[in-house]
Amino acid sequence: MRAMLIAFLAMAVIAVAADLALDYSGFATSEVTAGPAVRN
Amino acid sequence: MTLLRLPMLTIFAALLLVAPPSAAQQAADDNPRAVTGGAQTLEDILARQRGERVDDRFRREAVGDPARAAGIRMQLGTLGGASDSEVFRALRYGGADVTVSARGPASEIIIQDGGIRWLEWRKGPLREWGGWVLAGMVGLLALFLLLRGPIRIDGGRSGETILRFNALERFGHWLLAGSFILLAISGLITLFGRPLLIPLLGKDAFAPVALASKWIHNNVAWAFMLALVWVFVFWIVHNIPNRADLVWLAKGGGLFVRGSHPPARKFNAGQKIIFWVVVVLGLSISASGLSLLFPFEIPMFAKTFEILNGLGLPQAVNLGELPTQLSPHEEMQYAQLWHSIVAFIFIAIIIAHIYLGSIGMEGAFDAMESGEVDRQWAREHHSLWFEEETGEPAHPAHEAPPAAE
Repeated sequence: MRAMLIAFLAMAVIAVAADLALDYSGFATSEVTAGPAVRN
Repeated sequence: MTLLRLPMLTIFAALLLVAPPSAAQQAADDNPRAVTGGAQTLEDILARQRGERVDDRFRREAVGDPARAAGIRMQLGTLGGASDSEVFRALRYGGADVTVSARGPASEIIIQDGGIRWLEWRKGPLREWGGWVLAGMVGLLALFLLLRGPIRIDGGRSGETILRFNALERFGHWLLAGSFILLAISGLITLFGRPLLIPLLGKDAFAPVALASKWIHNNVAWAFMLALVWVFVFWIVHNIPNRADLVWLAKGGGLFVRGSHPPARKFNAGQKIIFWVVVVLGLSISASGLSLLFPFEIPMFAKTFEILNGLGLPQAVNLGELPTQLSPHEEMQYAQLWHSIVAFIFIAIIIAHIYLGSIGMEGAFDAMESGEVDRQWAREHHSLWFEEETGEPAHPAHEAPPAAE
């Protein structure tokens, strides 16, 4: 059961890290698709 | 006069019937769209309804001509050389010189015909057929449970256990399983939210659910892909098909006959099928998922269709040649449809896997819970693996071998 809980925790950590990393690297939708005339 | 009118009308009608076609009629025959001023005809509409391909150059090329516009000081001169309809046609067929402030890829495509076909397919057959696939699998399993009942340990629990999966194997399995379940639920919410959940929850309550589903689907996907690689590396060696698999399959895995336990190593043929299904469908769904995650950046369907055409596969099933020139939006639409189709098949198969790994088979869940399985369970379901691990015979001499073997 411990392996399962650790795996679920790892899943959450990977998901949050992926979101932050992609956002930080400029892959946020607003970053990719909005032109300079659009306010963020 | 009235008396004369009738014979004269009769003569006129007769002349009309026998007269050769006029110049206007001739022109209409030469150019059937002349009668509609160049627009589509009834025959075009009927042909499209029959599923025939209509040459749409009459429409595609009718985009006006700025060079022939009236002078700017003349009447209607400020309108330029293209009417509104012609401008919209140019936008629709990609002939317009478009400047947009959005800087994303393919943002200059403002109108795209295929979008309607995709939307209709997504709203209709995809949801209906996909829903039936899932309902069908649940129904089959319910029937199987009703007729066969849970598969018990025939010899009863021995009370002694043997390690079947170590912590790293179980970690990989649960990372894959947990992420798959979250992706499946969030994907189904995305697809069925509008017709099923909004009527239940209302739009205000559904909005955060949809937002959370999107976040989960986009970000948990990375855990799924990592776990896919993990289980592949750990288990590929145990999932190479061998001769014992043929025996196992010939006996239906012992699933349908009580007391039948065909020999198997660490994974039986059914589990190997699940493994390869997970690897192949997992790769495919990851590829289309990445294409959706980075819109317009990873087009893959035009190239895939080209390869399939080259192999002659679509032609063999009467689909004709698949299109090899796709607009960026069409690439995304194919990616979405493929992603969903694979997902439905994947979910249905995993439902069966979850059933057999839990309520369908006594003792099976232990393998992924603690990693330890009952020795009698191992003897019955993975006899060759048990013998390899322990050096003991799976069926000692004083025990009669299972009746159906």
